[in-house]
Amino acid sequence: MRILLALAASLVLTGPAAAACPTVTDLEGKFICPTCKTTLDQSDAPAARRIKAYLAERVEACASEEQIADELVAQFGPAVLAAPPREGFHWLAWLLPLVGLFGAAAVVSVFVWRWSRTRPVEAAAELNGRLPLDPELERRLDRELARFDGN
Amino acid sequence: MAARLKVGAQVLAVALVTGLFALLVWKVASQDEGASRKLQRGETPAAPAFTLDRLDRPGKLSLAAYHGRPVVLNFWASWCVPCKEEAPLLEEVWRKHRGDGLVVVGVDINDLRGDARRFARQNRMSYPLGFDGLGETSTDYGLTGVPETFFVARSGRLVCDRLQAGVHLEANRDRFDECVQEVLSA
Repeated sequence: MRILLALAASLVLTGPAAAACPTVTDLEGKFICPTCKTTLDQSDAPAARRIKAYLAERVEACASEEQIADELVAQFGPAVLAAPPREGFHWLAWLLPLVGLFGAAAVVSVFVWRWSRTRPVEAAAELNGRLPLDPELERRLDRELARFDGN
Repeated sequence: MAARLKVGAQVLAVALVTGLFALLVWKVASQDEGASRKLQRGETPAAPAFTLDRLDRPGKLSLAAYHGRPVVLNFWASWCVPCKEEAPLLEEVWRKHRGDGLVVVGVDINDLRGDARRFARQNRMSYPLGFDGLGETSTDYGLTGVPETFFVARSGRLVCDRLQAGVHLEANRDRFDECVQEVLSA
């Protein structure tokens, strides 16, 4: 029983650590080759190959993704990251596209709302391709038509 | 009210587009073409200054520290095969002319610090080495790859030529010797 409990405890303790180990494939798309400026998975430049080898070494040692990112930023600067970090001023890069998207959606919504409000009047105005007649004119027209029919 | 809002939105849109266009023009106009272009046109531009972490020992490596001395400035990386092949020649020139005041400065770019240190040790590079992982100096100098070698006169200006590819290669070897002599006498 004790052995089973010890095994279960060891599984619980080692489980999250093993899950936290990234893979080289996961990481290759997250870093930029400093010479060709594309992500590592799209580059076969010598510098990219060397960084891939470095990633493999660090993954083998089960370093976390954050740790590896910090190490590469210390070597190459923040430009090595394929996406800006979610901190400080860099948040702008994440938020501005959303602001633009929601702003554009709001503008489109206002236009659609205004267009749909004016649409029934215009639709009525364009009934049979003619404008509605003035009531007085309509009465006069009826009288004229009645007289014409009487003849 | 609606008409005023519409005009306001139009003015804002035009101002935004004009602003972005002005930013583009400013960026293009203020973009430095790189020292190497000027050198190739026969000018002697000032060598772009840099201060980097030293690779061969703790501390900083600044080009300004060698003002008044002729400098052979070599850009390299540990993953670059020709860099390995030309390293013995650069070491030889450094040892031969250091008594004349000449300094060979190696700048390691786009590299991993550990790899670069190993490379320098394996190739017995004893001249001053700086580490520029991000390769910022490569933009200032207008590099197209590694290795590339420049010659900085005592005045701090780039002279003679910009040698692309290994200085040990037949195509570059004579020109390299000429430039070393020129920078020593400039």
